[in-house]
Formats: sequence, C-alpha cells, structure tokens
Amino acid sequence: MIQINNISKSFSGREVLKNISFTFEAGKTNMIIGESGSGKTTLLKCMVGLNEIDSGEVLFDGRDFYTLDFKGKKEIRKEIGMLFQGGALFDSKTVEENVVFPISMFTDLSVSEKRDRANFCLQRVNLDNANNLYPSELSGGMKKRVAIARAIAVQPKYLFCDEPNSGLDPKTSIVIDNLIKEITDEYKITTVVITHDMNSVIEIGDNIIFIYKGEKWWEGNKLEILKTENKEVHDFVYATKFMRELRNKF
Amino acid sequence: MINSVKLFFNFGRYFILIRRAFAKPEKVSIYIDRIFEEIYILGVGSLGIVAIISVFMGAVITLQSAFNFESPLIPYYAIGVAVRDSMILEFSPAIVSLILAGKVGSSIASEIGTMRVTEQIDALEIMGINSAGYLIFPKIIASVLFNPILIVFSMFLGIAGGYFFGALAGVVSPHQYVYGITYDFRPFNVFYALIKSGVFAFIIASVPAYHGYFTKGGALEVGRSSTKGVVYSSVLILAFDLILTQLLLA
Repeated sequence: MIQINNISKSFSGREVLKNISFTFEAGKTNMIIGESGSGKTTLLKCMVGLNEIDSGEVLFDGRDFYTLDFKGKKEIRKEIGMLFQGGALFDSKTVEENVVFPISMFTDLSVSEKRDRANFCLQRVNLDNANNLYPSELSGGMKKRVAIARAIAVQPKYLFCDEPNSGLDPKTSIVIDNLIKEITDEYKITTVVITHDMNSVIEIGDNIIFIYKGEKWWEGNKLEILKTENKEVHDFVYATKFMRELRNKF
Repeated sequence: MINSVKLFFNFGRYFILIRRAFAKPEKVSIYIDRIFEEIYILGVGSLGIVAIISVFMGAVITLQSAFNFESPLIPYYAIGVAVRDSMILEFSPAIVSLILAGKVGSSIASEIGTMRVTEQIDALEIMGINSAGYLIFPKIIASVLFNPILIVFSMFLGIAGGYFFGALAGVVSPHQYVYGITYDFRPFNVFYALIKSGVFAFIIASVPAYHGYFTKGGALEVGRSSTKGVVYSSVLILAFDLILTQLLLA
C-alpha cells in the first residue's frame, strides 16, 4: 500500500503540487490522470524520490520514505520497479543483460540462475528470441516490454509506470496495458500508472485520481469517471469525438 | 558576483558528487568488473592515439633541437638530453593528458549526459543503485590506474621516435642520441611525471563526469556538457601542471 499525505512541491516559487493526499491499495492498478502540465509526472517523481517534496509524507506500507536515511531509502527503492516513458533501457547492454542487471546487483544467484530468471521475465512479457538484441534494435513496444521485464525481475512490491503507452499504436498499447494489469494481479503489486490515455483508464484502471493544476481534483473508479458531473474531469474524459459519440450512444 | 556564486555552487556540487562516487559499493564484484571494462574502453582504447602523438612529438623535438643547437659549443648528444627531458617532464604527462582530456573526457561527458537525459540514471537510482558510484567511480579508478601506464608508454615511444627520425634525417647519430638520453638521468623526473599523470587522470575522468551527470535537457545540452567537460578539465590540467611543478621541482 502507498499512502500520500499532504504533499506539496514548488519549482522556483511556482507551486506544482498542492497538498495532495490519497491511498493506493496493493493488488490494484491505480491510475493518475490529468492534462499535460497538470503535475502528474512531478507527483510520480516525488513518490519515488526522484524529486524532493517540500512538505508531506510518502508512506510505503507505513514507512515514511522522506524521513528515512540513505540506506533506508535504498531498501525501499529495491522494492520498486519503474517503467519509464522512454523505457530507460541501458543502451550498452543487450536485452538479456538489461534484465539480468538488477538481479546481479541484488542477489547472489549463479550465472545460469540469473539467466533463467531473466528468460522467465522476458517470456512473461511475451518477448522471446530478443535476448541478444540491443535497445536500438527494438521497436517502441518491445522496449516497453523489456522495461517491464526488467522492472519485475527482482519481484517488486510497487510498480510505477510513467505514460506506458506514449508513442505506441492502439493495439500495442492494449498489450502493454493488459500486461501491467496481469502482473499487478499475479504478484499483488501496488501499481501506479501515469497516463492521459482514456483507453488505458477504461481498460485497466481500478482506482483513478484526476490531477488538475497541481491539485487532486477527483477520485473514483472507471465506472464513476464515465458518469461524473465534475466539469474538468468530464471535459477531460469526453475530449475526443469518439468518447462523446460513445456517451451519446449509451 | 553571480559568477563567483556559481563557481562555489559547482565546486561544492562537484565534491558532493565525488564523495557519493566513493561511497561503499552495492556489490564489489560488479564494480571490479566495471573497472576492467573502463580500463579497456578508456585506457587500452587510447593506446593508438597516444602512440601516434608520442612518436611524432619525439621526432619533432629532435629536429627542432638539432635546428637550435647549431653552435659548435653544444655537443650533439644534447639533442638526446633535450628529447628525454622534454618527453619525461612535460610532453608525455601534460600534453598527452590534454589530448586524453579531449578524447576520453568528451566520451565520458557524452556517455553520462546521454544516460541522464534518457532517464537511465533515474532508472539506476530507482533500482536502489548509487548511480554516481556505479558510473563514475570505475572511470576514475580505471583512469588513475591506467593513465600512468599510458604516460610511460608515451615516454618510451617519444624517445624512440626521436631516435628513429634523428637518425633518418641525419641530424644526430644513434650513438650520440643514446649517450644523450642516458646522460645525467634523474629517476625522480619519472616519479614527478607519474605523480602528475595520476592527478591529471583524476581530473580527466571526474570533471567531464560531473558535467555529464548534471546535464539537463536534450541532445544539444549533452553536446554542451561534453564541450564544458573538455574545456574545464584542460584548464585544470594546465593549472595543476603549474602547481605540481612548483611543488615538486622548485
């Protein structure tokens, strides 16, 4: 479980996050949505400690990340898997080396055991026969899958995904969404997904937070978001013609 | 005023980064592997350019010395003395280090800078890995260990280049040249050169790494960091050349 209590963050006097609080349950796919520039990515970076917060608390199963020392923070980070927007795969390493890397760093498994674990993770994301390819040789969807395989390699308790569908075609997006959902259910991970893709929200969102101008504007589930009368959320959800036509039809 | 504040800010940030780079490694065996990897990339990969520059430097010093020592009062073996002392005291440690600051420094700054802008450094941090330690420490150690070897290699090749081209151009006989390079030889000069090369190696690896590590933006900024890394490390090499010469030879 991840609990966020009253976090605020400013950059050069400009308040980007304003007193945000929410709780994300384990085994659920929690979505953070909002317009571009609303503060979603900053919020995610504050949650994982890539940006320092000005005030508030970030609790990982009761452990306050920001009150911990360097060693304590490191221990929590070992339990975190993250899928970056661009994949953030290590360019100089092959697909298999990318997945083996966190295993080598934090376990004492033998070479063959590490390779077995990496192959298991790669098969889990339906990526066979790509072990010896370099990131530059992969398509966008393949990169995301390798990044997911790397994120789950050390069996994380928390999975953070920053715009997992950006730059992907609709079909591949669904594959990635379903993969995130399956992994969340299978390993009972607390998953946090940042997105502005409504298809993803409808497809896999268990719990949804809407961020508007740095504030938590709305919270609910995927059925509630389709029926909400909150103007800003409504405008966001029904921004596309397709969604408006869908609403009129039902 | 603003510039001096900026200077102190960068100075402080540089030392904090270096302290982080020398923190206890997550896994010693992986760091040792990384050091050997970096020795191969930064050190062995520079053998060719060092060899070419050294041979030509030795040859040019021989020809220039012959041109300047036209007086019948100066013996021919003085050419050998001039080449030996020039190569050992200044050309091999300082000039080769300046060349390496360009070659190795730009490679370090652009590698780390690219990793920063493509979120690979964030990925390391999220995994609970000390990115400064993992990326910078092996480069500094590899450079400090291998640079003195490169410098000694350069001294030998420079003196050999002088021997070969001196004989080829007919400006000094091999016998007189060999007598010159052994005449009044002071082993302390080699020790002085090795101390300089160790200090320069630290600068060559750490200053560009600092500029790469704090790159913000995209490809353009990576290029700027690379340029800054080379310029600042070159200036620091010249400054420390002066300081060490005053301290060790005065």
